[in-house]
Amino acid sequence: MAEPGRTRLIGGPGMLLVWLYGVMVVGAVSRSAVQIATEFDRAPLAYSLSAVAGLVYGFITYSLVRGGERARRAALVCCAAELAGVLIVGTWTLADPSAFPDATVWSDYGMGYLFIPVLLPVTAVFWLRRSRAATS
Amino acid sequence: MLVALTVATAVAALALAAWCGWAAHRDQPTKDWHFIGMAMVTLLALVQLVVGVVRLARGEKPEQGTTIFVSYLVGALACVPAAAFMSLAERTRWGSITVAAGGVVLAVLQVRLYDIWGG
Repeated sequence: MAEPGRTRLIGGPGMLLVWLYGVMVVGAVSRSAVQIATEFDRAPLAYSLSAVAGLVYGFITYSLVRGGERARRAALVCCAAELAGVLIVGTWTLADPSAFPDATVWSDYGMGYLFIPVLLPVTAVFWLRRSRAATS
Repeated sequence: MLVALTVATAVAALALAAWCGWAAHRDQPTKDWHFIGMAMVTLLALVQLVVGVVRLARGEKPEQGTTIFVSYLVGALACVPAAAFMSLAERTRWGSITVAAGGVVLAVLQVRLYDIWGG
């Protein structure tokens, strides 16, 4: 961990995080791309939210791989946004199912994705906070 | 044929996950034997992709659409090799856990593939 310059964020558990985030990027981006391209009118809100989720996942993955203090902070902010997104959209889909004719990545707190969308940001926040403790 | 391959790939993926999970439990990185296992699971996914494309070429239609079917087949093929490369970069137990997670993801993809094809 004593590398000059950037804090390495993908050592140890970070590698597993990158893998899971990578899977979510591919899942969310490809899913929303297909749905927006073929049947956007059916559930515009749901598909747009999936696309946003994909972008957030992409940015976090990039930050983790890049490393460094600024990337670490940016990733922390995004993880918080992601967690808020999962909780808000999850509650929203349960409270008002009629707004979502089709599921998003974050529907029912990410149940369709084994709850990874809600577990991942919590784990990532712990990891990112610990990375700072290890380097300072 | 396709369904049998789907089941076989899912079982192999879970076995790989358990094997690498065991390595992680014993605090070991992935070894040559694990990579042979990953190669075999990947080979199954490759055969599945070929069989799937042949069935499409014969004019059969997956229940939930050709685009989704093909993207899942490609995703299933890429899944384990991607995890394998990451475990090469991470020579600790966490590399083993990453491959184990890759196996679980592949098994989930197989369940989805089964649904998409329509049983």
